[in-house]
Amino acid sequence: MQQEADRLRWFKRRSLLLGMGTVGLFGTLAGRLWYLQMEQGQRYQLLSESNRVSERLILPPRGRILDRTGRPLADNVPTYRVRVVRELTRDLPGTLENLAQLVPVSPERIAEVVRQAQARPRFVPVVVREDLSWEEVSAIAVRAPELPGVILDAGTVRRYPEGITIAHVLGYVGPVAEPELKDDRDPLLQLPEFRIGKQGIERSYDPILRGSAGRSRVEVNAVGREIRALDRDEGTPGQDLVLSLDLDLQRFCMNRLAPETSAAAALIDVRDGGVLALGSVPSFDPTLFQNGISSRNWASLRDDALAPMVNKAFKGEYPPGSTFKMMTALAGLEAGVIDRHTRIRCTGSIRLGNIEFHCWKKGGHGAVDLVQSLEHSCDVYHYDVARRLGIDRLAEYAARFGLGARTGIDLPGERPGVMPTVAWKRARLDQPWHKGETLISGIGQGFVLATPLQLAVMTARLCNGGYRVSPWLARGGAQHATCCGAPPEPLGIAKEHLDLVLTGMYRVVNSPSGTARASALLTPGVQMAGKTGTSQVRRISKADRLSGAYKRKDIPWKQRDHALFVGYAPVDAPRFAVAVVVEHGGGGSAVAAPIARDILDRALQQGVARPMPPAPGEAA
Amino acid sequence: METRLKAPDLSLLDKVWSINWLLVALLGVIGAIGCAVLYSAAGGAADPWASRHALRLAVGLGVMLALALVDVRFWFRIAYWAFGIGVALLVAVDLTGFAAKGAQRWIDLGPVQLQPSEIMKIALILGLARWFHAAWLEDVRRPLFLVVPLLMVAAPVGLVLLQPDLGTAITLVSVGGTLFFAAGVRWWKFALVIALALGTLPVGWGMMHDYQRQRVITFLNPEQDPLGSGYHIIQSKIALGSGGFWGKGYLHGSQAQLNYLPEKHTDFAFTTLAEETGFVGATSTLALFLAVVLLGIHAATRARSQFARLVIVGLSMNFTVYVVINTAMVMGLIPVVGIPLPLVSYGGTAMLTVLLGFGILLSADVHRETVIQRFPRH
Repeated sequence: MQQEADRLRWFKRRSLLLGMGTVGLFGTLAGRLWYLQMEQGQRYQLLSESNRVSERLILPPRGRILDRTGRPLADNVPTYRVRVVRELTRDLPGTLENLAQLVPVSPERIAEVVRQAQARPRFVPVVVREDLSWEEVSAIAVRAPELPGVILDAGTVRRYPEGITIAHVLGYVGPVAEPELKDDRDPLLQLPEFRIGKQGIERSYDPILRGSAGRSRVEVNAVGREIRALDRDEGTPGQDLVLSLDLDLQRFCMNRLAPETSAAAALIDVRDGGVLALGSVPSFDPTLFQNGISSRNWASLRDDALAPMVNKAFKGEYPPGSTFKMMTALAGLEAGVIDRHTRIRCTGSIRLGNIEFHCWKKGGHGAVDLVQSLEHSCDVYHYDVARRLGIDRLAEYAARFGLGARTGIDLPGERPGVMPTVAWKRARLDQPWHKGETLISGIGQGFVLATPLQLAVMTARLCNGGYRVSPWLARGGAQHATCCGAPPEPLGIAKEHLDLVLTGMYRVVNSPSGTARASALLTPGVQMAGKTGTSQVRRISKADRLSGAYKRKDIPWKQRDHALFVGYAPVDAPRFAVAVVVEHGGGGSAVAAPIARDILDRALQQGVARPMPPAPGEAA
Repeated sequence: METRLKAPDLSLLDKVWSINWLLVALLGVIGAIGCAVLYSAAGGAADPWASRHALRLAVGLGVMLALALVDVRFWFRIAYWAFGIGVALLVAVDLTGFAAKGAQRWIDLGPVQLQPSEIMKIALILGLARWFHAAWLEDVRRPLFLVVPLLMVAAPVGLVLLQPDLGTAITLVSVGGTLFFAAGVRWWKFALVIALALGTLPVGWGMMHDYQRQRVITFLNPEQDPLGSGYHIIQSKIALGSGGFWGKGYLHGSQAQLNYLPEKHTDFAFTTLAEETGFVGATSTLALFLAVVLLGIHAATRARSQFARLVIVGLSMNFTVYVVINTAMVMGLIPVVGIPLPLVSYGGTAMLTVLLGFGILLSADVHRETVIQRFPRH
């Protein structure tokens, strides 16, 4: 019996130990629960959220681009696409073949879609075709019951209702490219359907136009299937951009240039630099780039000798020829090497050392003063003034009027042109400056190159009383084409010198013997002034160089002179400045001046819907 | 102490009165919690788990109460037979059993698929209890006396490892060990065995299946393979940890509801519970389990026969091992071994064997005054 008592005593002791051990184990478990749920609870809650919630980006609508009167130049239109969900279709290839009976889908595309669908979870839709026509959409919708798993949905595409009229200015949008991903951290770029501005306004104002990404938070299960939407932030739509451009003037400008093989024009407001029209022919269709341009289309655009992709108004560099003579004359006056009474005898040529520099007029103009030198475009007068000035002083004044440097227009890819100096030639060509080069620079030949936009700016600065206006389309990155706040700063040119040069320009058009007499404005009571230019093709424009067309020396067209004209109107209260360059067009008076005249005429006739800002001089 | 040769005749009413109703109630509550968890795991539906779980619970509790009325001497009589049948079934399953989840664990008995390893746990307790019932304290302390019970543990453990079923093997060893301990085997012998076991660990490692090794490796570093074998435990910790103090609310456990949690209705049912009811709910549930175990141990100490004492403590510790291994597993304290949470996890055999065990436990408790001869002759 003692044995049984011992056994019970031992059993009770051991049971107590087992009980304590159990309590200890459960205590450990409770401690572990405390650690996981209380100490680490916050962390696991975050992990659980990220497990559970999937964030999807929402593409905000891209801002529209409007002309100064609010007419859309670029907007968004709905597009339909058809997608297929593998999970919902019993026989994917079969369904796709049925679909192919309704809308064109190539067998290769079907194979590609099947491959993509199999590489993804069963419930993820795969795009079969985008940009369906309305007929195709309705065909699919009607047959929907026979097409299980086929989904129609809408997106938007960029539309350029004006097409080629304004393609050069607006540029275009396209899928994001690898390098763009590198230096832009915007999450929108991760969206496959996002289109980024590639050229023109679309590119320079892309951050404003694109808006910011919206987010939808979706609860997903372990395999990524969406269970329900949690919340949604639509993001910020891109801002609309109002340009200084006037659609009617732009249309007119393009139509007027259209008959020429290759030409460009710039029309700006002389008082604030707002660009009213920026024409360049030939042009291109911007919708080609919507979903990535085909290599064939791209090759034909790129290899076109006439460089349709290049907006020659600010990317084409041309010798300004006689349109440069205002610079020579003004520099001469300002530097004091000539005055209003100085007369220079033109015998048809001028000799420097043993080189003869010819005037365009064989017999010479006789003794001419400054006004006459512009009116008749006498070369000898300007050779001589340039000689007296020296290249560096000439360049200094030309630079004040915007030559030889980018105007800063808010478009990508602007060319700076060339206004040579002694130092420039040393740096660029490692050669000393020759005096003869000063002479030909005086008539806008030699190294001197300018874009049509620069010539328009030069003209504007001349006729607006000598104020430093700069061209712009949508000023300062703001959404509206509002005028500058403060009036532009003066260039520091004597009023009487400017007036003298403007008188010469007035005479070019309005004196019976002016070179552009035939191109006086048709509008009664309003007069324009200007300057013709006919530049020898001794250097090749940048556009030509790019296109490779300069190699075709055998084409006579290529050897013809460029025809140029710069002008402004109305003479008594200047509002518009225009520059026209017709590549290899021949004489400036015969070819370029009529175009410029018509553009100014049109601008004056229709007025401009938006009230114009006060001229810098008039500002109180 | 006087030895009664004749069992006291308990009337049926006496027996019913003697049933540990507190323990029965606790089991019922735990089973009900199981129903609630399974209802939630199905996304708020009685189908497919909660309703069947409830039905099995009701039937099982009935069977348990019926077994509680069976005379404890019946269990004593059949103890070795049960052990023998258990071993025979394990042999049968090794020979004929079909593979389920990569392991041979099931035997097909026509309409019922039996899991002999579950039967074996109870049979082992009965067998060992009978063996130690006949032993006085000084017998237990003779090493040679321990050879037979050691073999009784080793045989089923070896067979279970052949299946292979590491979880059951660990349970059998743990339960056998607690019976040795409760019977009064000396401390140092346990220390010796543990030392020997540690010494043979490398051998054991070599004998393990690749997936078992993988589980151990994954346990040591679950982040190493977050989408593969580490996935279960990482997701379980996320679900459990994100429950916080009050939980995400019943039916609102996002991890379980969104299927991040694998096997949320079986081995990971406790995770679902802890996610939705938080620290409060999880520790309360643990407290219920602990109460069951402590009630069992208390019952063991008041039984008059060593057999009843050992059966009760053995079954209680069996229950403890289930609960501790399962919860420690889902909390990432030990490697993932396939052991359900008693009365909560979905599964027919598991539920029935747990309640069968408690039926025997209650029977031993009801007949706590019954004295069993050391060497009865029948």
